[in-house]
Amino acid sequence: MMEQYRTPLMFAMMAALLAIVGIFQSWNVALTIVNLCLISSIMTLGVNIQWGYAGLVNFGMMGFTALGGLAAVLIAMPPVPEAWAAGGSGVMAGLVIIIATAIVSLLIWKQLKGRGAKRYWLTALSIVIGVVIMRLVADPSIAAIESVESARTGYLGGFGLPVTLSWIAGGFVAAGAAFVIGRISLGLRSDYLAIATLGISEIVIYVLKNEDWLARGVKNINGLPRPVPYEIELQASQWVVQLADMLGASVVDVSTITVKLSYAGLFTIVLLIFLWLSEVALRSPWGRMMRAIRDNEVAANAMGKHVTARHLQVFILGSAMVGVAGAMLTTLDGQFTPASYQPLRFTFLIWVMVIVGGSGNNFGSVLGGFIVWFFWIESEPLGLWFISTITAGLADGSALKTQLVENAAHMRLMTMGIILLVMLRFAPQGLLPEQKR
Amino acid sequence: MSFLIGENMTGGYGSVDILHSCTVGVERGEIAVVVGPNGAGKSTAMKAMFGMLALRGGRVIMKGEDITALKPQERVLRGMGFVPQTQNVFPSMTVEENLEMGAFIRRDDVAETMGQVFDLFPILKDKRHQPAGELSGGQRQQVAVGRALMTRPDVLMLDEPTAGVSPIVMDELFDRIIEIARTGIAILMVEQNAKQALAIADKGYVLVQGENRYTDTGEALLENPDVRRAFLGG
Amino acid sequence: MDILNALTVIGNFVLIPGLAYGSQLALGALGVTLVYSVLRFSNFAHGEMMSFGAMLSVLVTFWLQSAGIGLGLLPTALIALPVSILGTILLCLLIDRLVYRYYRQTRAPNVTYLIVSIGVMFTIGGLVRFIIGPSDRIFTDGSRFIIKARSFKEMTGLNEGLAIKMTQGVTLATAIVIVIAVFWFLNKTRTGKSMRAYSDNEDLALLSGINPERVVMITWVIAAALAAIAGTLYGLDKSFKPFTFLQLLLPIFAAAIVGGVGSPVGAIAGGFVIAFSELFITFAYKKVLTYLLPESLAPESLMQLLSTEYKIALSFIILVIVLLIRPTGLFSGKTL
Repeated sequence: MMEQYRTPLMFAMMAALLAIVGIFQSWNVALTIVNLCLISSIMTLGVNIQWGYAGLVNFGMMGFTALGGLAAVLIAMPPVPEAWAAGGSGVMAGLVIIIATAIVSLLIWKQLKGRGAKRYWLTALSIVIGVVIMRLVADPSIAAIESVESARTGYLGGFGLPVTLSWIAGGFVAAGAAFVIGRISLGLRSDYLAIATLGISEIVIYVLKNEDWLARGVKNINGLPRPVPYEIELQASQWVVQLADMLGASVVDVSTITVKLSYAGLFTIVLLIFLWLSEVALRSPWGRMMRAIRDNEVAANAMGKHVTARHLQVFILGSAMVGVAGAMLTTLDGQFTPASYQPLRFTFLIWVMVIVGGSGNNFGSVLGGFIVWFFWIESEPLGLWFISTITAGLADGSALKTQLVENAAHMRLMTMGIILLVMLRFAPQGLLPEQKR
Repeated sequence: MSFLIGENMTGGYGSVDILHSCTVGVERGEIAVVVGPNGAGKSTAMKAMFGMLALRGGRVIMKGEDITALKPQERVLRGMGFVPQTQNVFPSMTVEENLEMGAFIRRDDVAETMGQVFDLFPILKDKRHQPAGELSGGQRQQVAVGRALMTRPDVLMLDEPTAGVSPIVMDELFDRIIEIARTGIAILMVEQNAKQALAIADKGYVLVQGENRYTDTGEALLENPDVRRAFLGG
Repeated sequence: MDILNALTVIGNFVLIPGLAYGSQLALGALGVTLVYSVLRFSNFAHGEMMSFGAMLSVLVTFWLQSAGIGLGLLPTALIALPVSILGTILLCLLIDRLVYRYYRQTRAPNVTYLIVSIGVMFTIGGLVRFIIGPSDRIFTDGSRFIIKARSFKEMTGLNEGLAIKMTQGVTLATAIVIVIAVFWFLNKTRTGKSMRAYSDNEDLALLSGINPERVVMITWVIAAALAAIAGTLYGLDKSFKPFTFLQLLLPIFAAAIVGGVGSPVGAIAGGFVIAFSELFITFAYKKVLTYLLPESLAPESLMQLLSTEYKIALSFIILVIVLLIRPTGLFSGKTL
């Protein structure tokens, strides 16, 4: 009986926590947290599909998030005509050459199977030749593009399409990358897959940081268009001023809260769509087959289920969701900052969310996304309060006290670690365990 | 009183019993061989005597002592040696290191024992610094047996020692086993090659579906018409 | 053709830094590979173990420095090293007892250990930042150079200078000593051999009377010591910043995998392969080619295969390539 109420109860508690923050800190803070919780939940859903349904360990979330963000840039930012004129063709040619090199090298690799050392040398040679040609062709164009008003643009720009389209595009870009990455690495064993995906995601970030012609690299892209009104516009509008008067709040506050609420609304719609789709998939024959494969891969293989193909499907779907979330995140931030994509925050933290929430349970993923992000953010003020209370006894000028208070903010890393370890040991199924069917 | 005997052993790996009141025993210096069709429970009987599975009924007695409750490592300390059928060497370690590991529980100087093993298996002496994983199947079996001999056991149990080796190597291995028995060690052997094994056996046990079907000397079993028809190809 | 100058450039910018960085990676990879071969999982917390060891070294060094104790030309941190090693060992044994042992007893699947090590990574990382803070700490002291570039030029009369930093020399010397010690332990002592036996064939090792918990404990002791030493040497060479150790994890995994996971020799070789690959492929060959080729052919551009920014990305690329093409690595480690 209790089991039925578990899910709603957990979510109710979560809502209460958020309300507390709203009341004691501020509604702005609470809503910021909510928005990021929503985005994190979508990412967690994506990971859950890979891990909870199929048992795949993907440590490359950071890369897919960044690719989603890249999609947001490429779709929504206006194009830079001068840059296109200066070097567009060169870059396109370079891309074509790279793809051609990849195809040729792959063909050589396959054709020379079993020919030992010759295979390695010839493939390496074709790759090197391809890279050299590409650099000869593309380098001058790249330099030209980057020198076009490098302070403000210095890149090719995007397609200037509506922003919400970029969220869908984010999904597709991530799915495309997942296809390539999955094809080459899904044959690996679990910890090798984890390391490979981590490595590949680092490479993706590296490319984004260094290829300025694509997305300005570390110079970042600001001023991304957004799907909701700007605070400044709102502050000037009639109904906002009236509302502020009625509530006795400042106009600025009302405007910011309205903006955040609008985002929250949009994100919730996306989340609900994904949640619904995930639930449908979970209960479908496809979902049952995925779980069967996860639980006994050898038997599934023997029964003729194409395990690798299924794994690839799951990998693409989960990564696509992360890509959409990444695009949403970049839109929310209003800027694309490649350097902000860190594995700790974007990969490992999501894994904590999946485990804490409950792997294999979609509602668990959403809950995990909310709870873990909430505590990640709130650990700082909470930790500060905690340390201050403990060290209240110590003299104010003591070095130990200053040290501890200063570093209280870092307690969140340790707290997360301990939460994960405790969950894994005592409740490995998570807060909302997978439902046996 | 038998030197080593598993009396009326009943049990299996899980909830299903494989052995049904099966008895297998061996004397000092004697070679006892357990044969039977596939799935008869031969290896299971040996593993039960070594303590690798819990018995639901019956007991194992060695040198008059009831060792049914002892763990395998403890039985090794009591004088039991066991050569598994597969994964019976340390592949990345040299032949000499394998023998050293065999004598791990001994705290005294093992050089003499190692010398004896090398006398018994001269090829191993030549290859003493080679990794065991690089040796041929037959040589690896020699390493496996040598490893078990390093504790100077009173009884040596071998699980299908000639599985997958050529007939010549099998003959050589059996010759060595006879030599080992001559030093007074009791040998208990499970074998698939029933005819050749029974030829060197002092005592033979034919198991069928976990039960003793025939028990006699090796010679007698070889001449028994029923046994010949069922297991030895007439 | 000015071979000597060309060689000096390569020596100064590739060989010496490569030996130092390679030693650091090798020590880290050795720890990872030992844990993998005995405990059979990839320890994602190894970077943070190195961070912890380095942190202890920093704290003790600061204390020593404030007390006026030093080692003259050599870095004071060498005195702090034993304390750091001891502390890291205690931490690892504690974590094994509190965390990992449970999963050994319940025979958890390999993947579980992976995720658990993520939790350990968070916890140790948080602990380090909490104790010492996230900012940069420089704790190197003593003489800065063994040979200065200028002195080299004076001695040899060459155009180019070769400098060997004290920390580079210390790193290489320490690494050689430690590696010899570890190999001696693994190959010549009874305990070391029992570890190799356990890693080779667990069931047979148990049958031979080898105590599994003892093997596990010794493995952690060695891995922790290696982590503390590698972390301290890295911190001496560059500077101590908790953040960098998460970044070092991938090159270390790369080194272990390239060399062949589970093979100690492979870990050492892998460390140097990664270090030198990074340096050789991102090196600007302009100067070298200028010395080697006749003047008319002297290159204009930097002549880099890949730009310097890709240095660390290169170890990721090598790692991914090795994983896809030859996961057993150079020295055919285990693929479990």
